[in-house]
Order: sequence, then structure tokens, then C-alpha cells
Amino acid sequence: MNLPAGGHSSTFSQISHAATASFSEYLSRSAPDLLPGRGSVTGITSNAEHLAPHATTIVAMTYAGGVIMAGDRRATMGNMIASRHIEKVFPADNYSVLGIAGTAGIALDVTRLFQVELEHYEKIEGTLLSLEGKANRLGAMIRSNLPMAMQGLAVIPLFAGFDTDRHMGRLFSYDVTGGRYEELEHHSVGSGSVFARGALKKLWKPNMDEDRAVSVAVESLYDAADDDSATGGPDIVRQLWPVVYAVNSAGAKRIPERVLAAAAEAVIASRAVAGREA
Amino acid sequence: MTQQFYVSPEQLMKDRADFARKGIARGRSVVVLSCSEGIALVAENPSPSLHKIGEIYDRIAFAAVGKYNEFESLRQAGVRYADVRGYSYDREDVTARGLASVYAQSLGAVFTADSKPFEVELAVAEVGLRQTEDHLYRLTFDGSIADEPDYVVMGGEIDAVNETLRSDWDAGQDFAGVIRAAAGALEGHLPDNGGASGQRRLGPEMLEVAVLDRDPMSSRGNRRAFRRLSIAEVTDILGD
Repeated sequence: MNLPAGGHSSTFSQISHAATASFSEYLSRSAPDLLPGRGSVTGITSNAEHLAPHATTIVAMTYAGGVIMAGDRRATMGNMIASRHIEKVFPADNYSVLGIAGTAGIALDVTRLFQVELEHYEKIEGTLLSLEGKANRLGAMIRSNLPMAMQGLAVIPLFAGFDTDRHMGRLFSYDVTGGRYEELEHHSVGSGSVFARGALKKLWKPNMDEDRAVSVAVESLYDAADDDSATGGPDIVRQLWPVVYAVNSAGAKRIPERVLAAAAEAVIASRAVAGREA
Repeated sequence: MTQQFYVSPEQLMKDRADFARKGIARGRSVVVLSCSEGIALVAENPSPSLHKIGEIYDRIAFAAVGKYNEFESLRQAGVRYADVRGYSYDREDVTARGLASVYAQSLGAVFTADSKPFEVELAVAEVGLRQTEDHLYRLTFDGSIADEPDYVVMGGEIDAVNETLRSDWDAGQDFAGVIRAAAGALEGHLPDNGGASGQRRLGPEMLEVAVLDRDPMSSRGNRRAFRRLSIAEVTDILGD
């Protein structure tokens, strides 16, 4: 193959090769051992799933002017609760958030790498990546974790952001092979996602305002926790509420604890008043 | 067979230094100043996209004068160094001192070993929680490194700019104050335009201004202290 500027060994191709705006690409050349999931254990075909804590349910939905993402606070290891305080929804940059389900250790590393990746691009290029560009980069990172996923250490993210060109919130889901799928209205991942999704189908309405979207998110996680043992419900004793982020044209912001406490208590009160089984 | 003439090491280094100095002196100046609200970086730069000032990390910024391609590659290398360090250790472990010493080593190695020294001068600034914790490092083409208090002036006529700042700069000033002082100092040394009377004015569109906020978490809810000021904001500050 002939490159326009004189083939692979030319100065031009060396320079263009070195000048990458991608942090993960740079790491894979200069310090590959720092990348998550690179230490894939060979020769083990058995399921390693029970060896490490698992993060569970994440829900996300669009509302008027943006997107909202919420995650419960539980991580499990087999039948044990590994953590009651874990946070699984993170701001990726100013205009996007991601939530993670699956093997917690790898997922947290992927999140950190993704955050640096976006910031690195912004600093090197002087401009933000497009929302689609961010979603594609995340897909590539999940794909590179495929060998670990085959051993049971899978990471499944949910990505949401505000598209500054189209002026709307958008959602993206992924599979273990890095496949990227745009979702409409709402979506959920993790062990309790089936139940959360059922709740979302009934509760989600077009053009909800932010407060309503927050309470729908909290209620759908409540339903997930009701039926899935790996999802944590609102914890009144320890005052633990889901982690919720809203992203709109002003950027990503974390919903304050007192708003979440009020939303969770309202859900619990309405269920208690109804006095029904579910 | 060609004859190699003997050149003494002193002469060789002097020639290289003169060459680099000449290249840098042709450039327009950049000023980095510490103040009560943080650190302000002010450059005379007519281009809105080819920056002389850049963000390196949460609390660290970079400013340069000289050849664009050379300092741009150094800036990118600095961003990579900081991001790798912050990713493999922790964000707090990225310091201006570490970055400045890496820059000093690369500049020094290029100065002695490469066919041509870098024609650049760099400043690495780190904003602290208090003004006494601010760090300003100045790096020259031969890899010398200096920890400067208060402010750093680089580029063409540094003596004239330094002279003006010595009277105009004051540790208690806010961003608007030091940016006005810096813009005035940069204007002061400009050559008169083709005999026209009076000084040439440096309009906001001729200035590139960025700041490192001292406490970005409480003022903007962001850990990244670096903020570029738009032409409108600079116009407001300069007041004309």
C-alpha cells in the first residue's frame, strides 16, 4: 500500500503516528499494562464471575431538554452484599455521563480511562468530541475487554449525553463485543434491568420535567430492588439514595441528596398508603 | 574527503544559544502573573485558534513563545505526561514541578545533542489554594529552569515589559487588575506603527487570555481550574 506521503517509514507517517489525540491509543503503545482488562488470564475457561464484586442496575431516560441517569448503591459478590455505598454513575465530561454494570473493578477502571480519554482529546485538540464520537470510543474500550468478558468478567455500560449539535439528550447501550445501540426514550442495564424496564414503560412520559424524571428514575430503581436481590433499594437507616445525574444544555450535574431523599420517601409513602402487595 | 574544522565546545554552545535567542526575540511576548484570584496568562496573539497558552492538567497551565510547531509538540507531550501520571497514580500526584523538570530534561537534551536547539521559552504555572502556594516555572531553550515568584515575562522585549510590570503589578490585585496591567505592559514595548504618533493599542482581539481559578470547585463546580476568556470578557476587563 502506498501512502500519499511516502510509505510507512517516512517522516510524515512517523509524525502522524505519534500525534494521536486518543489517550487509550497512546497508553496501548507506551504503557499497555495500565489499560484495564489487559491482564487477561489465559488457560482459565471456567467462570470467574463469582470472584469479584458486581455492580448492578442502571436506568436512564430522556426528559424535556436532556437526559437523566440513575444507579442504585449495591455491589454483590455471589450471595453477599459487597458494598452498600458504591457509586456506579459518573460524569464522563461536561456533557455526558456513564453508568456501569458488571464486574465492578474493571468497570471503574474503564470509567476512569474513558474520563481521561475525553479530557485528553479536549486538551490536545482544543475542542470537545462529538457525542457520537464519545459513544464510539466507549464501544472500542468495551470491545477490548472481550477476552475478560468471555471469562465472566464482563462490563456493560450505559452512556447518555446532551448532543450540542442537535440540542437533545441521547442514550446509548452496549453489548460485550462493543456493539453500540442508540436507545430511544429510556433504557436500563444490569441484573435488575428487567424490572426497572417494566416500571419505566409505565412511568415514563414524553416531555417530563427534571423533577418528574428524577422521581421516575428513583421509582424504577425501587421496583428493580423489590424483585432483584442484587439491586439495593433506598436505605432509610443509612440515608443512602441512588446516585442520579442530569445532563442538559447547561452540562452534567449531580442531583443533590436532599432531592433524592424526598423522591425516595415519596415513593415509599405512596406504596405504603396503597397497602398492596406490589 | 571533506575536512572537519575544529570548533571549540564553548563556541558551539554560544552559537546554539545565540541562534535560539534570536528566534525567541522575534516573537511576541507572553506574561504569566499570580494574583489573589489565581493565575492569569496573557499573550499577544492575533490568531484565535493557534494558541500560545494551554491547559495541561487540573491546576496546571502552559504558556510559550517561539516557534509554534516546537512548543505545540512540547505542550502535547506535557498533556500526555500529566494524563499518564494522573491515570496511573492519582490526579493529586501531577505537579508543575514534575512537569517542569521533564521539560527541562528534554530541552537540555535537544540543546546539546540535536542538530538544532528548540527556539522556545516555556512557562509552567500551577495555582495553589493560597497565593503563597502558586508556582511559576520558567524554562529556557537550553533546559535551564527557574522558579519565579509573582510573574514571568517571556519573548521579545522582556526588559521593557518587566520594567512596566514592576510598578503596575501588585500581589493583591484580582484577575481584572493583573490582566489590565499585563495588557498595558505588552502595549508599552510595542514599536510605534510607521511613525504614527502615540502607542499602538492592543485590542482584545490581539490578546489571548486564560486564567487558572484558585478554587474552581466552589466557583464553577469543576476541578479543572483552566478557563479561557472570550474576546467579550477581555473587552469588559480592558474597559474600552
